[in-house]
Amino acid sequence: MSAMMNVRVEEKLYQNRYVVDAGRGHIKVAQHEKPSQNLLAMITLCPAGCYSLNEAGKVEVATDGCFECGTCRVLCEPTGEVEWNYPRGGYGVLFKFG
Amino acid sequence: MVERFDCIVVGAGMAGNAAAYTLARKGLSVLQLERGEYAGSKNVQGAIMYADMLEKIIPDFRDDAPLERHLIEQRFWMMNEHSHTGMHYRSDAFNEARPNRYTIIRSQFDKWFSRKVREAGVLLLTETTALELLFDAYGACVGVRTDREDGVVHADVVVLAEGVNGLLGTRAGLRPPPQPETVALAVKEMHFLPQETIEARFNIRGDEGVVIEAVGTISKGMTGMGFIYTNRECLSVGMGCLVSDFAKTGETPYGLLEKFKAHPSIKPLLEGSEVKEYSAHLIPEGGFKAVPQLCGDGWVVVGDAAQLNNAVHREGSNLAMTSGRIAAEAIFQVKSRKEKMTKANLKRYPDAMDASFVMKDLRKLKDMPALLHTNSRNFFLTYPELVSRAMENYLRVDGTPKREKESATIKAFRKTRGIGGLVTDAVRLARAWR
Repeated sequence: MSAMMNVRVEEKLYQNRYVVDAGRGHIKVAQHEKPSQNLLAMITLCPAGCYSLNEAGKVEVATDGCFECGTCRVLCEPTGEVEWNYPRGGYGVLFKFG
Repeated sequence: MVERFDCIVVGAGMAGNAAAYTLARKGLSVLQLERGEYAGSKNVQGAIMYADMLEKIIPDFRDDAPLERHLIEQRFWMMNEHSHTGMHYRSDAFNEARPNRYTIIRSQFDKWFSRKVREAGVLLLTETTALELLFDAYGACVGVRTDREDGVVHADVVVLAEGVNGLLGTRAGLRPPPQPETVALAVKEMHFLPQETIEARFNIRGDEGVVIEAVGTISKGMTGMGFIYTNRECLSVGMGCLVSDFAKTGETPYGLLEKFKAHPSIKPLLEGSEVKEYSAHLIPEGGFKAVPQLCGDGWVVVGDAAQLNNAVHREGSNLAMTSGRIAAEAIFQVKSRKEKMTKANLKRYPDAMDASFVMKDLRKLKDMPALLHTNSRNFFLTYPELVSRAMENYLRVDGTPKREKESATIKAFRKTRGIGGLVTDAVRLARAWR
């Protein structure tokens, strides 16, 4: 089910333009033993599907498709689980229509 | 580069452009920072643009602004899984020489607005991310550090037009960061169709446009809304819900959008369209109670960054433009009296805001967010379902006497919400609206 959803969101992102700042992800997930409920929620909540659960049961983020919307910042920055910054000037998503 | 300006405006959205334009036209030196490749490249909105508020800044905007369609019809829909109950208003009076509301495409509109801003004399630095605010020993804001080499710039006052997810003001402790309960996450797709197809499907011609805004079981009990806005050659189709509700339900925003698009009332409108962009953005939903302190020593905050959004009437960009303009006028007042940009002197801005429609409307609706957010299942699930059943019952002719039909409808409402619940909902809604 969630795999199906992931495929669909990737298809949606395919339409968009990004200038990827390779190797400099602007969002970082802090080291954790067990992800909190809010961090786990990002797996379904992130509109670009940037969050996933790895085999060790920890939450990872890949920011290539990120919209820089800030949803994960709102939910996970207060607890320190997510370190959130905007991409460097000129990088990241580039909306043609917005 | 001159490293000192009268003002630095952080952001080139509606609020930032309105502020920068107004400041420059009044003769102040203005540096505007934008992290995107061009103004608009990071901005997302539905989008409806309200002419009155732009006219107050650029009176002849209709001459060259990229406007899509002027709105002549509004459709409010209450949906369940297989139906919608609608309240529509369409009027030829909206076909006027200077229409009141337009659909726009933000990236294109913002490019135009930004050109006007630069023509007014603002120095715009694109591809420049503002990293932090700089303060003097007395706690007054004196400038901004950017990610450019030697990227420190100073000004008498900084206009924070950094959007709903602005980092500078929140990290400096000038206002709290947005809370899951006070922001909605909206996702949107741009569906392209031939112009004549859009006009046929929406019963419009020329530049006429239609808005559909829908609530109901489409948000699965969450506080949320779906929408379709007609542009010239495409439809903006989106869906948004409160972040706190999303976190609780585990729904995906794109899953909800797909479900909205597949609804039998929506699907035929989109048939055969080509999707060219998928986007997402946060929307401030906290209303009056979430509006922070609007100014301090050496700074003002405007637009979405200040949570200036009327969620009930779905107005945001007009509040942003108005706050940017009013803040700029206040700064000009202080400057022209050769006074310092202190909190006490900049208070002209919040004072003028209080006297404007912006704060008057937000204050009027101050209890709405709490009502809708805490009773979301009733307002977004239970009532739409009951209304749909009532309408179907009313329209289906099956030999049941009308009195029995009506009593069944009343019973359904009483059974589902109880007399107490119905009265409480009605009273709370009336009081919050008043």
